[in-house]
Amino acid sequence: MNFQLIGVNHNTAPVEVREKLAVPESRLPEAMKRLAAHPGVEEGVIFSTCNRVELLTRTTNGSADLRSFLGDYFQMDSTEFAPHLYEHAGRDAIRHLFRVASSLDSMIVGEPQILGQVKDAYATARAVGAVHSHLDLLLTRAFAVAKRVRTETAVGSSAVSVASVAVELAKKIFGSLQGKQVYLVGAGKMSELAARHLLAHGAASIFVANRTHERAAQLAAKFDGQAIRFEQLYETCDRADIVITSTGAPHAIFRREHGELFLSRRKNRPMFFIDIAVPRDVDAEMNKLDGIFVYDIDDLQQAVSVHVASRKQEADRAEAIINLEVERFQARLQARDVVPTIVSLQDHLETIRQAEIDRARGRLGALSADQELALDSLTRGIVNKIMHTPISTLKTAARESEATTVVDVVRRLFNLQSKSAASPNADVLHTPTNRAGDPKREATKKEDKA
Amino acid sequence: MPILWLRVALVCYGVGLLYALVALTRATDLLARIALHAAYLGMIFQIVSLAESAIATPQMTLLGVHNLEALLALLIMTAFMIVYAIYRTTSPGIVVFPLVFLLTFLAATGAQPFLFSPAANRGWLVVHITFILAGYAAIVLSFGASLLYLIQERSLKSKRLGGLLSRLPALEVIDEIGLRSLLLGFPFMTVGLIVGMALAQQTFGVINFFDPKIFLSLLMWAVYMVLLYTRWSSGWRGRRAAYLASGAFAAAVIAWAANTIHRFGAS
Repeated sequence: MNFQLIGVNHNTAPVEVREKLAVPESRLPEAMKRLAAHPGVEEGVIFSTCNRVELLTRTTNGSADLRSFLGDYFQMDSTEFAPHLYEHAGRDAIRHLFRVASSLDSMIVGEPQILGQVKDAYATARAVGAVHSHLDLLLTRAFAVAKRVRTETAVGSSAVSVASVAVELAKKIFGSLQGKQVYLVGAGKMSELAARHLLAHGAASIFVANRTHERAAQLAAKFDGQAIRFEQLYETCDRADIVITSTGAPHAIFRREHGELFLSRRKNRPMFFIDIAVPRDVDAEMNKLDGIFVYDIDDLQQAVSVHVASRKQEADRAEAIINLEVERFQARLQARDVVPTIVSLQDHLETIRQAEIDRARGRLGALSADQELALDSLTRGIVNKIMHTPISTLKTAARESEATTVVDVVRRLFNLQSKSAASPNADVLHTPTNRAGDPKREATKKEDKA
Repeated sequence: MPILWLRVALVCYGVGLLYALVALTRATDLLARIALHAAYLGMIFQIVSLAESAIATPQMTLLGVHNLEALLALLIMTAFMIVYAIYRTTSPGIVVFPLVFLLTFLAATGAQPFLFSPAANRGWLVVHITFILAGYAAIVLSFGASLLYLIQERSLKSKRLGGLLSRLPALEVIDEIGLRSLLLGFPFMTVGLIVGMALAQQTFGVINFFDPKIFLSLLMWAVYMVLLYTRWSSGWRGRRAAYLASGAFAAAVIAWAANTIHRFGAS
């Protein structure tokens, strides 16, 4: 099977190159149509994200000039992007796609967005008919592989940003974040991000206190929260389950006595302080109080680096799964090639047999029922004996890598029609004439080319 | 026969014990599942064992110390399974399994059961014993939850992520398990004690509050009360709650021991 892939990613190309090759979402359908109509290309899909631009195609003879497509489409001289390109074909292209979908090729290994982006690209390609047969099979398989990697390894399980570590820790303390109150002390970018993460995971509402009240009001409005005057900080802070502090204060603003006060007002329900200020806003003594948990920026970053290391380990296990899946997919594709060939071989010989029986009848005149039966079983026996070896050879070949060659030879020997693109959902055992949908597809293809 | 089934149950709980030991050092999803199924089996065998001994010797059922231990083990396991059904966590098993194993071990290897106060009304005696045991089971579970709370709190404070931290349930969930089992156990304990008092009065005429068994039982009930009160009034949890729960647990163990010795004296 001739899968061909070409592209750039965050490892091979600087952002200046990637942004020139990026296809905006609105233009993707049209771009994919053009790709599928490119000479030598049967099917094609384009992935365009901020970290990669890739063209994945199935080609007629395995050597479509995808570089020229890039050059034409972006109206660029190929020397501009050529040094940054990578190209994969066949098995390597399959493996590359599986790795991308499983987020092993991502900048942050295991980040979950890429799978969604690949799925979106697939949906677009399907909608415009740029993907309909083997490439469709390959992409749906890639989603299954990505799912398998996700469930069988811990590649995507641990948090790798400060904000996500904060969410993870909050969940370790409170279980669910449903109904938990978040208090932002100081209105920095990073605390805003952490708050956004916490809200996304179910936290109820947000209080904001800042030295300049206007800034607090702005931020509170953003989250539908409540701005609180900085002077009222200590009176109101016990309402919060999670406190994120990031003020520029030169010394701690939360000390042990404040913690004791909060705890007694809260009937000892736990509190989680996320201190991302440097110098720190929360006195280290606070962490010694029962029920108060203080994590400063170093603690959080430490947790991030632990997770990053463990992800690398899991990534190795994921690679093993992918290697296995590539082999499996390859085998499946070959079996797919073989079955239609067997069917058309059977059809072909059956047609010959029927024609010969009719001719014999013409010469022999009327036959008795017994004679009809004898004629039928005689011819059938001959045909089956002749077909036996080619069919078993094809079946063996399906399990090995030489399937394509054997299929070609058999087709040429018996002068079978060249195979038509089978729809991925059609049962491969249907006779070729039953494979519906092809004429229509051909028609759309012609339109595209026009 | 009952003793045979009890020993089979013991083997099943042994798997749970193994889980408890391994779970302390590393993640064992598979073993947790196996332990859970072994525990189901163990409970079934234990019920069979209790039922058989009830049929064989109606008078002695529930009254012998060793049957009591088996029954207590069964009740603790039931509580554990309820927690599992609600919270989908086997973590309390780290504490529960060793204890259940120990109780079943004592029951399975101990001497023959014997009779206690045959004069007393049998139906009420069963109520008394079952309720008190349910109260014990609640205290044990709450004590287990307190220990887990302390472990989880320590690992959160030490800021070493991963390890046990990632496997135990969230702090507030552990807390809720502890509180709920206390709340559920308290009415059982109270009713059990009241029935016990009434029985004692009926049997002996007067209640001697300085009888070690009665005194310790009341003490345990008082600690239980204090525990609930502090939870309710000031939300004590963590270290202080664990101290109180271990106090109640210790009082329960002493009351249990006093009960056993006392009965030896009575017979």
